[in-house]
Parts: sequence; C-alpha cells; structure tokens
Amino acid sequence: MSTAGPPFISVRNLHKQIGDQQILRGINLTIREGENLVIIGGSGTGKSVFLKLVMGLIPATSGSIIVDNTEITTLNERQLGPHRRKIGMLFQDGALFDSLTVAENVAFPLRESGMKDSPDMHSRIHEVLAAVGLADHGHKLPAALSGGMRKRAALARAVVSRPRCIFYDEPTAGLDPIVSDSIDRLIRRTQLHYRCTSVVVTHDMRSVRSVADRVVYFREGLIHFEGSPDQLFSSTDPLVRQFVEGHCDEDE
Amino acid sequence: MSTFLSWLGGLVLRFVSYFGALAVLTGELTYSLFRSRIRWAEVGRQLVSIGFGSQIQVIVTGAATGAVFAAQVYYKFNQLGLDSLVGGIVALAMCRELGPVLTALMLAGRIGATMAAEIGTMKVTEQVDALRSLGVHPVDYLVAPRFLAMLFSVPLLIGESIRFGIGAARLMAVGVYNVPEAFYNDQLYKNVDHIDVIFGMTKGLAYGYIIVIMACHQGLTVRQGAVGVGRGTTAAVFYTSMAILIANFFLSLLLNYIWPIAAT
Ligand SMILES: Nc1ncnc2c1ncn2[C@@H]1O[C@H](COP(=O)(O)OP(=O)(O)OP(=O)(O)O)[C@@H](O)[C@H]1O
Ligand SMILES: [Mg+2]
Repeated sequence: MSTAGPPFISVRNLHKQIGDQQILRGINLTIREGENLVIIGGSGTGKSVFLKLVMGLIPATSGSIIVDNTEITTLNERQLGPHRRKIGMLFQDGALFDSLTVAENVAFPLRESGMKDSPDMHSRIHEVLAAVGLADHGHKLPAALSGGMRKRAALARAVVSRPRCIFYDEPTAGLDPIVSDSIDRLIRRTQLHYRCTSVVVTHDMRSVRSVADRVVYFREGLIHFEGSPDQLFSSTDPLVRQFVEGHCDEDE
Repeated sequence: MSTFLSWLGGLVLRFVSYFGALAVLTGELTYSLFRSRIRWAEVGRQLVSIGFGSQIQVIVTGAATGAVFAAQVYYKFNQLGLDSLVGGIVALAMCRELGPVLTALMLAGRIGATMAAEIGTMKVTEQVDALRSLGVHPVDYLVAPRFLAMLFSVPLLIGESIRFGIGAARLMAVGVYNVPEAFYNDQLYKNVDHIDVIFGMTKGLAYGYIIVIMACHQGLTVRQGAVGVGRGTTAAVFYTSMAILIANFFLSLLLNYIWPIAAT
C-alpha cells in the first residue's frame, strides 16, 4: 500500500563516530515522500543516533544528508531551525518539557509555529490528546504520568503540528499490547490522513507488520537488510531470521 | 619544570576557551534579543522566580548588613564624636559596594544554581534536544528570557536591598544608639544622593549579565546525567561568585571615575 513519491530524505555514505566508537559506518538510505519506513536493529546499533543525525541534532562525521532537497550537514544551528520544523520527532524517552503541563507540551509546537491561543487550537490539542488516550490528563505535569502515558503525550506533541515527516523512536516500547496496537493505528492513520512520511524505530515485530511499507535492519553500523515486511519475515538470511525470531545464539 | 609549564599552558588554554565560549553565548544572546522573537510569557515566569522569589533573601541581606555595619561604624565614630555621620557612611557603603555585591552574591547562589540546574537537567533529559527538534534555538527560549528578567529585576532588587540597609542602619543609630535624628538626616542627605543609588544599580546590571551567562553556559554544557548537573550547578555558583567579586573591583574603579563620591 505504498504511496511513495519523490525522495524526501536521502542519506549517502553516512558515518558517525563518537569518541573512538564507530557507530555508523556508511549508511545509504533513501526515504520517499509518503512512505512508512521501519528501522529495526539490535540495541546500541545507532538507530537513535541515525534519527538525531537526520534531524541535525548532532553533527555527522562524514557523508551527506539531504532533506527536502537541502544538504543539511553544512547548515548552522540557526539555519537548521526551519529544516527541523519539517520533521516531528518522538524521542525514545519522551523528552517532555517537565515544567509544562501535558496540554502545554502539546500546544508548544503550535505556539512556536505562530498559532495564537484560540478555540481552534484548543480543539486541535484535545483531538490529538484524545487520539493517544490522554484526553483527561491534559492538566497534569509530566512527572505525574506513568512512563507509557509520558510516551503517548510525547507522541501527541510530535504529531500535533502535522509536520511533513515524523520520526518515531520506539513509539510502542513499554506500552501494553492494546495501547501499542492503538499507537500503531495512529501512526498509520496520521500517515494516510496527512500523507506524511514516517520513520519508525521499533523492536516490536507486530508493529513492523502493521506499520511498515519498507523495513531496514541496522547491524554493526550498516544496513544489513532492506525490503518489504513480507521479504523480512520470509528472509533466509540467518542473521535476519535470528533477529526477527528473537533467538539468542549463545555460541556466536 | 616542563610539567609545570604544560600545566600552566593547559590552564591558560582552558581559561581562554572558557571565555571564548562565554563570548559565543553572548553573541547568540545578542542575536536572540534583537533578531528573534522574545518569549514574553517565559520572561514573565522568570520575573516571578527571580523578582518575587528573591524577596526574603534581598531584604534580609540588606537589613542585616546595614544594621551590623551601622553598629560597627557607630562604635568607632562615637569615640571620635562623629555619631551623626553613621548614616551617611553606611548609606554610601550600601549604595556603592555592599548592596550590589552582597545582593549579587546571594543571587548567584540562588538564581545561578537554579538556572544551571534547570537547564542542565533539561540538557541531560533531552529536553534541550526536543526544543531544537521543534526548530527553537535553546538560547532564544532558555537564555534570552532569563537575561531579560534578570535585567529588569536586578537593579530593583539591589535598590531594595540598599533601601533596607539604610533603613536598618537608621533603626540602629537613631533607635538604639540615640543619635539625634535631625543631625543623622542632615549628614545622610549631604553624603548620599541618587547618583550613588544609580551607581549600585549599574553594577547590578553587570552582575545580572555575569550570573545569567555563566549559569546558563554551565547548564547548556552539562554532560553525564545527575552527576553532571550537580557538578555544573556547583561550578555555576563558584564561577559566578568569583567573577562578581573580580568584576566588582574593576567596576568600582571605573564607576568611581565616572561618578565620583560627592564632596562634602
Ligand atoms: N551522546 C553519546 N555519547 C557517547 N556515546 C553515545 C551517545 N549517544 C549514543 N552513543 C553510543 O552510540 C551507540 C548507538 O546508540 P543509539 O542510542 O543510537 O542506539 P539504538 O540503536 O537507538 O539502541 P536502542 O535500541 O537500545 O535504543 C551506543 O553504543 C551508544 O553507546
Ligand atoms: Mg534508541
């Protein structure tokens, strides 16, 4: 059901080194407009680092990142602002502003994009909070929420301004299966409704099935597998099988 | 000898790079103030935290300093038969040195620590990255409002501290030591005028800048979780206090040149 258009994000030979640790060793990846890409990979293989690189939050060691026809690796912090506003990001740990209530957190991107306090804005906030099941918790501070609720509030903040592209860093980690399923649906719905591009990092194979147009598997700083969910689940590559089925090979 | 030289070299390098970083942050702040949108709601929140939040501290600092200083000055001046001069001397000292410096040191402890800890915590919990991901420059949102709030409140807080210092001195001299009030007032108005108060408030502007820039810089450069936040907060208080004392020396010389103490 891919509705992919022209490339929105195009990453070439991307390397990232932190200290003396090589985290990414030459990633090549094109993400098309309207596409839902899922990234899977072992813990610590650089998935979150990859999202932050494309967001321009950390500098690349070498390589090229083109987003919406702009090379972003050469931009400075001020120039990156407009680029980042094209992309919404759900951080792995939520990263809610803890001095603001949930509703204020969700209102934040709207206010920053110049929207004035209006019934229109409030209904939009309410709508998004309802979609993540937090309609009654808007007045609470993040500290008063459970981990899963915080995650969903952060999700609401990431999607509320309807950016052209949304990065989800493990949107369903730590959520119960029913809520996970509703989040997967929300991601799908958001993508179809606003035709936005999505990149989802997940460890949840059920999400991969229900969300992905295409899957890439990160391993040791490289893309080890790239293909449709069907290809992923029918792959005969032993490393891919092992990851998908979740076997721990003690003798490796 | 060579290890000493390399140690010294390293120290100088760290010093230079630290001031370089402060200069860069000041540049970003200037850009924020003149070229970016000012978040007035944030300025308001900071004003409440800095202005109202510091009331007790400022009042106690001013009053306690004024009172003890008046007592000490009185003991000596009484021996010389200069009782009525107590008010003038205390007021002069409060305006030009004690008010601004002690208030700024108290603020460095309270506000500097708060700013460094708040921003540092935001840094380690990725809230600063979340800001950036929403296309908001951290200096625009975090530093500029704190700077403006400080700019508005510090001169007033210093004025307040001076006022309470002078008030407490009068209470001691006139109320406790029975210095005749008319003479006391006469000497007070002869020795001090509004220039002395402006002198103190001007110093306050400089200290406000020092506290905000240094504390925010510590916060924004925090690494390594809670330990880093603790370290950054301590460093913020230590560095700002040192910087205030050193800056005070030079500012006193400079401002005394511009606004000399009135001749009586
Ligand atoms: N700020 C940092 N400083 C030093 N090393 C870092 C930093 N951020 C990430 N790393 C390292 O980069 C590697 C990749 O981290 P990353 O967070 O991208 O993993 P991940 O693939 O998202 O894992 P997970 O699935 O557990 O979230 C890790 O080995 C981590 O130690
Ligand atoms: Mg991660």
